[in-house]
Amino acid sequence: MEDNTKINDKIEIKNLDLFYGQFQALNAISMTIKPKLITALIGPSGCGKSTLLRCLNRMNDLIRGVRITGQVMLDGKDIYNSGMEITELRKKVGMVFQRPNPFPLSIYDNVVYGLRVAGIKGKNQLDEIAEMSLKSAWLWDQLKDKLHHPALPLPLDQQQRLCIARLLAVKPEVILMDEPCSALDPISTSKIEDLMHELKKDYTIIIVTHNMQQASRVSDYTAFYYIGNLIEFADTKKIFTAPDKKQTEDYISGRFG
Amino acid sequence: MKIFGEKGVERLLSVVAFSAISALALIALFIFIEGLPFLFRYGVKDFLFSSDWRPESGKFGIYPMISASFWVMLGAMLVGAPLGIAGAIFLAEFTPKTVMHIVKPAIELLAAVPSVIYGFIGVVVLAPIIREIFGGPGLSVLAGAIILGIMILPTVISISIDSILAVPVSFREGSLALGATVWQTVHMLTIKAAKSGIVASIILGMGRAIGETMAVIMVTGNSVMIPNSPLDSARTLTANIALEMSYATGMHREALFATGVVLFIVIIILNSIASVAIRKKVIVK
Ligand SMILES: Nc1ncnc2c1ncn2[C@@H]1O[C@H](COP(=O)(O)OP(=O)(O)OP(=O)(O)O)[C@@H](O)[C@H]1O
Ligand SMILES: [Mg+2]
Repeated sequence: MEDNTKINDKIEIKNLDLFYGQFQALNAISMTIKPKLITALIGPSGCGKSTLLRCLNRMNDLIRGVRITGQVMLDGKDIYNSGMEITELRKKVGMVFQRPNPFPLSIYDNVVYGLRVAGIKGKNQLDEIAEMSLKSAWLWDQLKDKLHHPALPLPLDQQQRLCIARLLAVKPEVILMDEPCSALDPISTSKIEDLMHELKKDYTIIIVTHNMQQASRVSDYTAFYYIGNLIEFADTKKIFTAPDKKQTEDYISGRFG
Repeated sequence: MKIFGEKGVERLLSVVAFSAISALALIALFIFIEGLPFLFRYGVKDFLFSSDWRPESGKFGIYPMISASFWVMLGAMLVGAPLGIAGAIFLAEFTPKTVMHIVKPAIELLAAVPSVIYGFIGVVVLAPIIREIFGGPGLSVLAGAIILGIMILPTVISISIDSILAVPVSFREGSLALGATVWQTVHMLTIKAAKSGIVASIILGMGRAIGETMAVIMVTGNSVMIPNSPLDSARTLTANIALEMSYATGMHREALFATGVVLFIVIIILNSIASVAIRKKVIVK
């Protein structure tokens, strides 16, 4: 854990409530996300981890009947109320999904998808960024000879890293990962974890995970959620060795959830 | 028409193909037995590429009908495919689900309207409009193309909607999460992912257009001549068979069967193109 005292917060969540219709899924959440560190969200199934994550790039806007109050500040600007374009927000705050979801296009077209969306057309530029992104996701050596093959037949772990490469291509500032390894075997999982460690140099990462070891291995900060409430948020080391709250301790020692 | 996935489109096509094959085999056999001997006796080249159709003098050149069928079908595609695909995209992506669930069955119902009704509307409404605006007889290739284009809309829209809705939500989410707008997602991803279904819908529409008879007889004017412009009157292959079969005898009757053989082969070719197009699609889980 670096001991930089005055790093600006990348994201600040203030008093966030979220309702699915009548059902309140998040309850007065406040927490801050430090830049270029990995923050893990843990907690039992249904506690609102994914919901919170999806608030940060406004993916919840796609669901009808969702109502949100409170603030989410990205670099000090409220993403819900400052006239920030939602497409701009999503370019800054990218997302990796639980199930790898490469598009039914070629590997190359997957990687440059976000660039084309952003209106970048020059072939040289696309090629260059595609190569860089695939390299950053440790896929270049395996895939450089079949860039124009379809992406869907790739093995799952390569699919997931392709999704990461696709994201890196648009140079996001924050990467949201919702259980990115839950569809993967242990070897592929450790590859993604190593990759996260590498990416941390340049990106702010927030990961949702059910896997306690994973949280303790990869993250700098850990937030424990329970039924829509943030119970405890602290250094990962502290959460896993000396949590303040009894509930946290019960959860990480596997007594429930 | 309910199709629940890309795979569903494929399965539907293969079921249709299979049950059709046994029936077709018998019909085909009959048509070929009646038509082929004539075709070779008369000469394939003369039959297909001569413009001289005078059954009473033993002249059987069907080139004018081939040309008419081709232009009417092409026109129907130009009218029906863009409208149908645009309609499907609009309904599937930009319309509230509740509205779509009312409008889509309503559109599908249009497929059940007897073609004579379309023909009637063509004669009473469309042909006079064409006559007024562009001159000419009104009953024309253009009228046929427009009426057929409208007739194939239910097929194109319905199957295209199904294949667009069958595109997994995860693709859409992935695209939106990369900062794409809904429209970018539609044209850069959804349409491509739904391509096989959309192509299938157009080809089924083409099949319907080339095979349609009643509406075409009513609106195209039925002159046996090569249309030089969309405003010319023309007679399609199907119209020719339907109009003359009732009184044809001998060679004339055989020539009409041979026309059936030609139609048959055209449709086989269409289907082959369709299956190639569908085989070329990207694999979707
Ligand atoms: N679209 C929705 N409509 C209504 N309720 C929802 C919706 N999505 C999630 N919920 C509810 O909100 C709560 C939080 O869901 P969420 O998916 O955020 O949990 P989670 O912590 O990610 O769970 P898991 O670990 O199983 O992924 C759950 O009770 C869930 O049933
Ligand atoms: Mg979840």
